[in-house]
Amino acid sequence: MKSETARSPLNSDRLTMILVAILILGTVWTFISRASNPSSPQASRPPSPKEGFTAPDFTLDTLDGGKLTLSELRGHPVVLNLWASWCLPCRKEMPAIGEVYERYENEGLIVIGLNLTSQDSRSDVSAFVQELGLTFPIALDADGSVRDRYQLLGLPTTYFIDQRGIIRSVVVGGPMSEATIQSKVEDLLQEK
Amino acid sequence: MFPFLRIGPLLIQMSGLALLAGLWVATTLIEREALRLKLNAAAILNMVFYGLLGGVIGARLIYAVQHASIYLASPLGLLSLSASTLDPIAGLIIGVVIAFLIGRRQHLPLRLTLDALAPGLAVFMIAIGVANILSGNAYGSPSHLPWGIYLWGEYRHPTQVYETVAALIILLIWKRTSTESRSPGVGFLQVVALSAAARIFLEAFHGASSLWSGGFRVAQVVGLIILALAIYLARQWRKPELASSEREQSARS
Repeated sequence: MKSETARSPLNSDRLTMILVAILILGTVWTFISRASNPSSPQASRPPSPKEGFTAPDFTLDTLDGGKLTLSELRGHPVVLNLWASWCLPCRKEMPAIGEVYERYENEGLIVIGLNLTSQDSRSDVSAFVQELGLTFPIALDADGSVRDRYQLLGLPTTYFIDQRGIIRSVVVGGPMSEATIQSKVEDLLQEK
Repeated sequence: MFPFLRIGPLLIQMSGLALLAGLWVATTLIEREALRLKLNAAAILNMVFYGLLGGVIGARLIYAVQHASIYLASPLGLLSLSASTLDPIAGLIIGVVIAFLIGRRQHLPLRLTLDALAPGLAVFMIAIGVANILSGNAYGSPSHLPWGIYLWGEYRHPTQVYETVAALIILLIWKRTSTESRSPGVGFLQVVALSAAARIFLEAFHGASSLWSGGFRVAQVVGLIILALAIYLARQWRKPELASSEREQSARS
């Protein structure tokens, strides 16, 4: 009578032999599939709103009448917060963002409050900024082009961008706690 | 890619939902397998639950320890729902250690318990693949192959699909071999070894592998070590005297 092991086409002994063969082939494969550009893999990636990619660039008008270009901020860690005045979690987390900005501004931190002006009212934005006394720049996405470039899925969304312009962390939804914002900012500052 | 679902003011992370669904199927299969192996299914599910809970709490605490001054000043930040303030590797290690200690305390036979966990592990690997499909995480390297998917600005290997299919095949292999007579623990080791083998081969198509000097991919090297260990342990655990002592412990518990 044949044993159970002999009957099964995928018995344990056969599987072990296959695994040993995989171990040998895997060792060879690990060697030949080494990354060709290990020093800066992010450099070759196209800009995308994703961790490890360069943050998509934009130039926008600001609430105080100036202009702001993201790529000109290289050399500084940047917190890019996408928000709208009607979004409740955005309103709730904004004081914490303001406090973190004031605490780390002298260490080179830049915070951009990117308002979705195409879905908001400029007067509401001004009133909210004045109410909270926010001192960081508020960029106005009047035509929704930055929202589209960042493939925005929900508000608020916050990008933590390092001094080379690479996104290190993305937090979708909120409100973020002050500890969350601060820990992400300290990680960025430590990379300097 | 379908990362979020908005229901009114709620923004639901679909990858999280996929992991929860995977967990539910995994625990169902673990319970079924535990009963088939004549183990204390309730004790094993308790062990899984506390391992998961401990893993999540541990992941948050280790993240907080790395930012100690911030969390000491704002301890309520520990209760944040954000998954971005977790240390997943630390959480995994802590969860496994807690599960192991609880298993020992409840006198669960180690290798038979691992066998009961094997289908759960295989299913959870599928859930991770599906979660990555939904979130766009674990994306592939650029590719011009006809089945490449457009993701993050380029056509890429659909590594998330490769991984899901590989995990599905591993589950089918486990299913095929689970009823054959073999030493306790070997079924679990097979799932671990096959998962490591899949990682070794598929990691080469990843677009964001962690690298060591010389361009070696960390996940491939770790996969090789796990595969070698699994094969070695499977040989050891097949020794008849070890198998019988495990069965005696199972009978006692």
